[in-house]
Amino acid sequence: MTAVLSVRDLKTHFALRSGTVKSVDGVSYDVGKGEILGLVGESGSGKSVSGFSIMGLIDPPGQIVSGSIKLNGRELVGLSEAEMRSIRGRDVAMIFQDPMMTLNPVLRIDTQMIEAIQAHETVSDQVARDRARDALGLVGIPSPDERLKAYPHHFSGGMRQRVAIAIALLHRPSLIICDEPTTALDVTIQSQILAEMQKLCRTTGTALIWITHDLTVVAGLADRIAVMYAGRVVEDGPVDVILDTPLHPYTDGLLGSVPSRGKRGEPLRQIPGAAPSPARLPEGCAFRPRCGYASDKCMTVPEQSFPLAGRSIRCHHPLKPGVRA
Amino acid sequence: MSDAALKTSAVIAPVIKEETPFRRFVKQFMEDRVAVFGLALLSVIVLLALLAPWISPQNPYDLAKVDLMDSKQRPGVIAGDGFKMWLGSDGVGRDLLSGILYGLRISLMVGVVSGLIAATVGMSVGLIAAYFGGRVESFIMRVVDLQLSLPTVLVALILVAMLGKGVDKIIIALVVVQWAYYARTVRGSALVERRKEYVEAAQSLGLSNSRIIFRHILPNVIAPVIVIATVQTAHAISLEATLSFLGVGLPQTEPSLGVLIANGFQYLLSGSYWISTFPGIALLFTIVGINLVGDRMRDVLNPRLEK
Repeated sequence: MTAVLSVRDLKTHFALRSGTVKSVDGVSYDVGKGEILGLVGESGSGKSVSGFSIMGLIDPPGQIVSGSIKLNGRELVGLSEAEMRSIRGRDVAMIFQDPMMTLNPVLRIDTQMIEAIQAHETVSDQVARDRARDALGLVGIPSPDERLKAYPHHFSGGMRQRVAIAIALLHRPSLIICDEPTTALDVTIQSQILAEMQKLCRTTGTALIWITHDLTVVAGLADRIAVMYAGRVVEDGPVDVILDTPLHPYTDGLLGSVPSRGKRGEPLRQIPGAAPSPARLPEGCAFRPRCGYASDKCMTVPEQSFPLAGRSIRCHHPLKPGVRA
Repeated sequence: MSDAALKTSAVIAPVIKEETPFRRFVKQFMEDRVAVFGLALLSVIVLLALLAPWISPQNPYDLAKVDLMDSKQRPGVIAGDGFKMWLGSDGVGRDLLSGILYGLRISLMVGVVSGLIAATVGMSVGLIAAYFGGRVESFIMRVVDLQLSLPTVLVALILVAMLGKGVDKIIIALVVVQWAYYARTVRGSALVERRKEYVEAAQSLGLSNSRIIFRHILPNVIAPVIVIATVQTAHAISLEATLSFLGVGLPQTEPSLGVLIANGFQYLLSGSYWISTFPGIALLFTIVGINLVGDRMRDVLNPRLEK
């Protein structure tokens, strides 16, 4: 499988007056055609910033310091704003967390969709409108013709997220970055949207990066998982393998804190402490202060290692498969 | 279809509310009697100003029609041409009622045109400052601060003294002293909108900056601009009257309300009170009307005061 997106050693830092915040500090991952990558992590782990870096939407004082982002073989780091703008929306699209906020409240749906089409293609309003209608139909919005004339406040949250997905699909991008798109929705709508996205991804061959903090969402959706902690990918691999036999103590801790039927009545295991502020990261392995396995060795940053086929990990003390802390 | 089925289908069918934001605005506006009175007053004044050439007893610009023998006549005196001068006449024999009607035209025109231009300039500048931030914003906002720190009348006075008399010159002066108010207000609202996700979403679609600024952010910050515009228009009208009164505004050949007041003020103590008083009252009504409407618009358009 050829990689649609290939991120190598990406570093996005924010130069603040109080010091440099290393939000993303050496992240690498690949996403293949039609593949869904679940990017998992706590708040502040840098998962969203890595998504925005791909879009080229890092505002000053933030900056991509080093690394490479290749989309279909084309290097995105260092492109001019105009070049980046022609890629945004056409080759890579983004879906945001809160569907109540991502549509402009004062513009009709058709206005917003036609505009999105015409940003990259010179087509007549009529052609654009037909395509917008088809896109709404594709994401399961009933009577799309009438819905085109509606304003965002006429829609429910789930419907708005469908509109946002329809807009993302307009140009058949090769990659869609989803920044927690189902967090603001209730569970039934969430599952509908997840199923819809999975189907669209399979039929159109669009690669997907699904940014979330919810392991249960990725478990049912993603092909691969990359677990982020303090700006680094600490573990990466196929979804089933990672969920069954986590190698990194942090992944194991995350899995332990998810309630499930098998653990009824048992107290949930928590990871002690709190995620470090990206402005003041501990020396060496950032997880060291919260880790039960930490040793002197952990004062140095662990290199990425590949213990098993298709998996990578950054840890000096990987768990043995099957052994739980 | 049975009744029950009909009910369910009505619930399921997409219901798009017919009440547009504009209609809701009108409904809420009308709830306040004082504002309705203000609107009525303003409408009458605007109508009178628009119809001035057809309803005035005399064309005060037509020197052939003006008779010096009619000068300083009391209200109600019959003019040499045979019409009744309801509000008397001024020092050169012009019918005051006609003068006021024509004066309203000029005053309103100057106020509205300068308001529109200042709003356009101020909005663009404020939006650009809020959207780009950084040095662009610092520079623009320091200029705004500088502008706002100077007394309005003084700046206008100096500008008009430099530019000379004339409607276009006074409009330029009024725009210069007013744009900063719009810029500051718009920048404040736009800073809030700038942080909202729909702007980020629009960027992620690859839309150009100018499109995001003027098509996405602008409609969302227009409400406070409308409110400022009414207040500033009233302000512009009174400022123009002030300048004209001071003799640097409009020329005698294009008498605005301010010119009329200035013409009469020297006769005020000699008993011919009407020459200044009636244009003054007309000016007062105009400004009160605009402010009443503006106040109510602010209440209705302010989301924080929404019931």
